[in-house]
Amino acid sequence: MAAEVEETLKRIQGHRGVTGTIVVNSEGIPIKTTLDNSTTVQYASLIHSLTAKARSTVRDIDPSNDLKFLRIRSRKNEIMCAPDKEFLLIVIQQDEQS
Amino acid sequence: MSDAEIKEVSSDGHKEETEKNGDENSADSKEAAQTEEKEKDSSQPEMNANTNAEEESLDVKKADKKTSKIKSKPGKKESKVLKEDINEPVGEPLEEANTEVLPENVFPLFMTSKTQEIYNCKCDEDVTEENPFKFIPKSDILEDMRLRAAVCDFHPFKQQILDYPGEDVLIVYDYEFKHGQNFIVALTEEAKELLLKAPEGEEGEAEEEGEEEEEDDTVYMYIPPEPKDWVSLGSEKEIEESIVKETRRKLKVSVKRIRREFGAPVQFSDRNVGDVKDGAVDCTSYDDHNFDIKRIELDKAVQAISEQVTEGTQTDWKYPRNANTQTYPREYTEDEQAALVATKECSDFVHEVAFDFHQALQQNEIMNVFYVDWVHLGDGDDAFGSKADNHLKEYQSFTDLQFSKDKMITCIQWHPTIKGVVATSVAEKLSFDQRIDNAAKVIMTPSLILIWSFADPIHPQLILEAPDDIFSFAFNPTDPNHIVGGCLNGQIVMWDIAAHADRLKQQRGSNRNKKRTVLPGFEDPNALKTPIVRYCAVSSIEHSHKAPVTDIQWLPDHMQINKMGVPQENASLQCTQLLSCATDHCVMLWDTKASKIHATAMYDEKKKSQQPSGVPDTFKHLDLTWKPLLRVTLSKSEPGGDHAPTKFSIQERQGDRSALTSGTENREADVTQTMQGGFHKPSSGKERTLQGVKTYVYVGTEDGEIVYADWMPQKDQDTGKIQTPKPAYYHVTHDGPVVSMQRSPFFKDVLLSVGGWTLALWKEGVSSGPILESSACNVKLSCAAWSPTRPGVFFVAKVDGSVDVWDLLDKTHEPALTQSVSPTAIMQIYPFQVTQKQQLIAVGDIAGTLHILEIPWSLRQATPNETTSVANYIEREVKRRAFVVERWNFREKEKREIEAEVKKKAGGMAAAMAPPTEEEKELRLRQEYEAYLNEEHTFLRELGIVQDEEIPLPAA
Repeated sequence: MAAEVEETLKRIQGHRGVTGTIVVNSEGIPIKTTLDNSTTVQYASLIHSLTAKARSTVRDIDPSNDLKFLRIRSRKNEIMCAPDKEFLLIVIQQDEQS
Repeated sequence: MSDAEIKEVSSDGHKEETEKNGDENSADSKEAAQTEEKEKDSSQPEMNANTNAEEESLDVKKADKKTSKIKSKPGKKESKVLKEDINEPVGEPLEEANTEVLPENVFPLFMTSKTQEIYNCKCDEDVTEENPFKFIPKSDILEDMRLRAAVCDFHPFKQQILDYPGEDVLIVYDYEFKHGQNFIVALTEEAKELLLKAPEGEEGEAEEEGEEEEEDDTVYMYIPPEPKDWVSLGSEKEIEESIVKETRRKLKVSVKRIRREFGAPVQFSDRNVGDVKDGAVDCTSYDDHNFDIKRIELDKAVQAISEQVTEGTQTDWKYPRNANTQTYPREYTEDEQAALVATKECSDFVHEVAFDFHQALQQNEIMNVFYVDWVHLGDGDDAFGSKADNHLKEYQSFTDLQFSKDKMITCIQWHPTIKGVVATSVAEKLSFDQRIDNAAKVIMTPSLILIWSFADPIHPQLILEAPDDIFSFAFNPTDPNHIVGGCLNGQIVMWDIAAHADRLKQQRGSNRNKKRTVLPGFEDPNALKTPIVRYCAVSSIEHSHKAPVTDIQWLPDHMQINKMGVPQENASLQCTQLLSCATDHCVMLWDTKASKIHATAMYDEKKKSQQPSGVPDTFKHLDLTWKPLLRVTLSKSEPGGDHAPTKFSIQERQGDRSALTSGTENREADVTQTMQGGFHKPSSGKERTLQGVKTYVYVGTEDGEIVYADWMPQKDQDTGKIQTPKPAYYHVTHDGPVVSMQRSPFFKDVLLSVGGWTLALWKEGVSSGPILESSACNVKLSCAAWSPTRPGVFFVAKVDGSVDVWDLLDKTHEPALTQSVSPTAIMQIYPFQVTQKQQLIAVGDIAGTLHILEIPWSLRQATPNETTSVANYIEREVKRRAFVVERWNFREKEKREIEAEVKKKAGGMAAAMAPPTEEEKELRLRQEYEAYLNEEHTFLRELGIVQDEEIPLPAA
């Protein structure tokens, strides 16, 4: 199991410009990361709360709906997050132009 | 005595009282008696003189004393004594302040205890505070007065009592001695009535008193203490503890003395001091050192209050943080993480979301979906081709009727530091032969460099005088007051304009206004005249160039070249060396610093020769003795003359310090040295060699060749002489003399060469030829210059008076813009970024006019990524060049192969009929002749001149 996860994450990491991949559990605690500890913790905590907020927004609008994917485009990079019941996957992709 | 008297008194009246005295207070009486005895002793003489009454008063005194003694004693005793005390008349009644104002005919009265007994008005018994009134029958008083006469207390009021109408006289007990005596007496009926209202009246008085006392705010009421049962609170234990008890047996001391010695007389006898040794001991005083204690003052402060302590506490200010980051993050250990990752949920989740991520990531990779086209929309519009303002605008033009008219401008230089100052050199428009013909005239006209300022378009700010026409000159980049020029005759000339630097710096118009402030009549006649600066040094004519100096440049300040051509670090960061070239086949390196020998020689010379007045001696040491440090002779690789350089370019440029970055040791030491040494300091010779500097120079020649040569001399293989090596390569590219050799300000390995009717772009390192070569222009090109701000733009001047603007990114086969600037041929152009928003190009024409044109925004504002684009273009061209070379080689090879094959074939035939015999020759000739006849016949027949039948073939 773990090896498969590893494999999938490695494939994601293999894309151009990807600087980090973090798997966070439902409590916002990182369980797998390719970044250094402090960055990971920061991303995990902040993105987790943001994702929770985004998810609640989507579900408040339509209770039968759910957040599937969240992309945050910033000047320097793009943060993509996919929330689930149990986990949250965060991928950070550097902007090619910058 | 008192005691006795008291007893006496008691015996006289009340037995009760006496008994009391005797029973209860015997001890007290005794004590009092003792004191009185003492008193009596002291006041004996006085006593004797007293009368009976006085004795009584003395008695009272004593009693008083007694009272004062007893007062401290509590309980009944005191009250008893007080009673006695009150009974006694007071000795000094007048001493008491008569505070109360008595009604008329009411008088204070003192009644002795005896009198009180007589009238039955004993104090506190018959009369009390509560009931102070007592009526005494008038007859009793009269009786008393009769019996006791003057002793009677009523004696002072005898007459009034006698006059008293009523039977009873009212006396009132004055308990508090308000009126000085123990009683008051009313001696008229009215007064009696007044006092009898008394209770009220007295009350009223009392109230008055009360009121008065209320002002004092307190009314004291005596409440006699009541005895209570003793309650133990534990004090008896303390008392018990504090009682000294015998714990051991008492010591017995017995002192004995012989009985007979008691009271026995003592006998003393005389003795001489000298009889016995130590008969007398002299006890002189002396300082006992044992007690020699120094007294030291000690200041000590003691304060009986608790010490004060001031303390403060403040919580540390912490940078405000997001709530999420305030807490310590929870983390899993590696094992826990691994366990979680290994769960199926995690695996499923990752697989599930992976697709979305791949999609998103790929999408980003394909294109930037958030690219805002609007932001970049304007960029292209302002570029070339649009109708936007993109032509050169005339800004100013300079011409001097006296000096520059009808002369050609040979060189233009902007002042490196002062904005708006531009210098031009002018020369006669004469060919060599014409020059010889008009030698007399030419020699008489001065050769000048004119320095113009935008402040004055008519008069040059400064004129530099040269020995001969100047064809090139340059400002020293580090000290712009030093100008070097190359003459027509091959000499190098130096000027120092430091004295006139202020003149150049003056702002527009201020020059002339300033002159007006001078007093009339004292104007400097030369004030309005342009100062002419004479050159201060000229190179030795025999060591100079043998041809007009066509190009001269200062070496950048970070490097210097030694005699061996080795580039070294120039720690002083002052430009002291320069390169010049002329068509006499060589490039020369000059050093403005004095060598050691020259320095001393100069010192001697200085005394002898006097500089013409007004000429600074900055370069005196060089004058007429200046020799080149290094001579680079450009000989051709193959025999047949040398290259005649007209322009050159080296890779290092002013301001680019990258060559210095490799190692900076012993740099600082050198800096300090040179700071002291200044300009004349000879090179110390231990400067660091700059490894990164390319010692190759690009040279454009008179024949249109571009030569790439190493200036560093090498030992020649054959002769063993140290001389400049043969050029690395050269290309005959231009169809006329090279007039410009310019390095791009953005790429230090890219050069632009212009000569004849063509221009070419070169990349250093690409030896096979130019990376871009223009087709021939229809007019001759005269000069070229790169744009200082746009990497892809350069300007080319033409002899028809127009300027071409090339934009490599726009088109490379023709100029992007052509603009006519001058009616005459343009000789020189020089663009210059004056300010951030202004870029000017100086254009000098053959008529001696200097046009200053403003370069439009589109030609000076680099487009985004222009540098990269141009770099890419150059890279592409280099690749193309490489490909071309490859094809050349291929073609060459192919050609050679074909030739070889042909040769082989021909060779084979030739081998078969190797020696052609006479017959064969004849046969061949015949065949050729026949072929000719056939051809002729065919030709004639086509023309219809001959018929086939009519003209038979000649017999074979």
